[in-house]
Amino acid sequence: MQLKVEQVTLSFGGVKALSEVSLEVAQGELVSVIGPNGAGKTSLLNCISGFYHPSAGRIIFEGHDLTHASPHQVTQYGIARAFQNIELFTGMTVLENLLMARHTFGHYNLLDNILIYGRAMRVGVGNRRFCEEIIDFMELEPYRKALVGDLPYGVRKRVEVARALALSPKLLLLDEPMAGMTLEEKEDMVRFILDIRAERGTTVVLIEHDLGVVMDISDRVYVLDFGQVIASGLPEEVSQNPRVQEAYVGVDHVA
Amino acid sequence: MIDFIQNLISGIAVGCIYALAALGFVLVYKSSRVINFSNGQFIAIGAFAAYALTVWVGLPVLLAALLAMLLTAGLGFLVERVFLRRMVGQPIISVIMVTIGLASVLDGLMYLTPFGSGNFTFPQFLPPGGLELAGINISYPQLMAIGFTMVFLLLFGWFFQRSVLGIAMRAVADDQMASMSLGVSVRRVFGLAWAVAGLTAAAAGIVVGTVSGLNQDGLIAIGLAVFPAVILGGLDSVPGAVVGGIVIGVLQSFSTAYLDGVLGQIGLVGGGSQYAVPFVVLLVMLWFKPHGLFGTEEIERV
Repeated sequence: MQLKVEQVTLSFGGVKALSEVSLEVAQGELVSVIGPNGAGKTSLLNCISGFYHPSAGRIIFEGHDLTHASPHQVTQYGIARAFQNIELFTGMTVLENLLMARHTFGHYNLLDNILIYGRAMRVGVGNRRFCEEIIDFMELEPYRKALVGDLPYGVRKRVEVARALALSPKLLLLDEPMAGMTLEEKEDMVRFILDIRAERGTTVVLIEHDLGVVMDISDRVYVLDFGQVIASGLPEEVSQNPRVQEAYVGVDHVA
Repeated sequence: MIDFIQNLISGIAVGCIYALAALGFVLVYKSSRVINFSNGQFIAIGAFAAYALTVWVGLPVLLAALLAMLLTAGLGFLVERVFLRRMVGQPIISVIMVTIGLASVLDGLMYLTPFGSGNFTFPQFLPPGGLELAGINISYPQLMAIGFTMVFLLLFGWFFQRSVLGIAMRAVADDQMASMSLGVSVRRVFGLAWAVAGLTAAAAGIVVGTVSGLNQDGLIAIGLAVFPAVILGGLDSVPGAVVGGIVIGVLQSFSTAYLDGVLGQIGLVGGGSQYAVPFVVLLVMLWFKPHGLFGTEEIERV
């Protein structure tokens, strides 16, 4: 297993956001996490990416214990994420946002970091070409030089995924990449996610509200409710599960 | 006309000192949203350290200045590590109280040293007089103030555009969450911002020392004069800090030269309009541009 989340518990004061959540993802899998609002999906993602630290349990990625790693360390193990509420550098262009991901922050000591010629790095090691390829891949060519703050919502969501890809991650965490999108934009995003896995072999953990999408594209599905895993398995198994149908309003018209 | 230009130049020179002092302040605010009320104390400590190293230890002036800047940078780094790091995520008012408390502590510590009372004259290393250009005299300390600020601006520009850490700082200033997810250590960036703030504050203090001598209260007052400068320029803008600093410096110079005389004729003979005018201009400008001239307007989408 590439990613193992073992018995993770996360509490805020007296509230348990996650209790003894376990999850396993194999290399190259597309695993979805679903559940009603407030079920703890984003909390789980925050634990994996180092923004939160679980009060109990362990998170293992490719044999490394990431339970107490900070976000910038997690990134260096090959995990990238896109946020639910878009977190882009709004004052920069799309290309600059992607290039930002190619600056290998923290690989050098303090003095090197001050002295290294950032621009030489950008051009020198082909970072630029790499980012242009991702822009092509995510069909963002028309917006390359546009300021991110000026772009429509659906495009910004795509830029977020593109920027995460620019880290060349082994594992991509996507937090509701289709939320608030039009049907057409959703279809595009589904295609991108499937292509990312097919062409790059990237493992994907997807949090999503749209059950139709989840059931169509996932290899396996985990269902969270009140911070606990209430069901997991193949999409068809999960959608038949009575506890899931109970917890998740609207599941019946999908199955 | 010559008078006017002379006043303009002395205003610009003083403004450059404000700008230098404001750079570090803006850097800290930009990267971590912390308003540093102990900036004036850093200015004083930097200036006194340079004085002590050159007069008491006997180092050459330039070496002493360099060492003092590095020492103050170290102090800034230490302050972030010991006090501010614990405050991440706390309400902004608590963080402000920490920097105000820090200012008092640093003040108290300085009063324990010989610098706490009296005036000190920085050793003269610049030749007396200055440049004469078409009847306008620019003194060497004024030239130094302007030159120093220019050098720092170029260094800052290079740092933010080209160095990995500078780019990381810009990233953190723009979006902390995103920066972390791209592998930026936000803590390291905060520490560095405070170190650079210490460095530029010391540079400002040393320039003040050469221009007008050293006195604890006077140096701390520079820290206060920085507030109208940065608010005018926009709290999070480096170019804004420079423009704001120079505007305030020039306004003060013109107030002393022209407004004091006018006010004197109507019986207001105190002659301190330079202390009020920057703030009047500031208040009026904030009606029209509440984020300062170059500040980022935050657009909240609900």
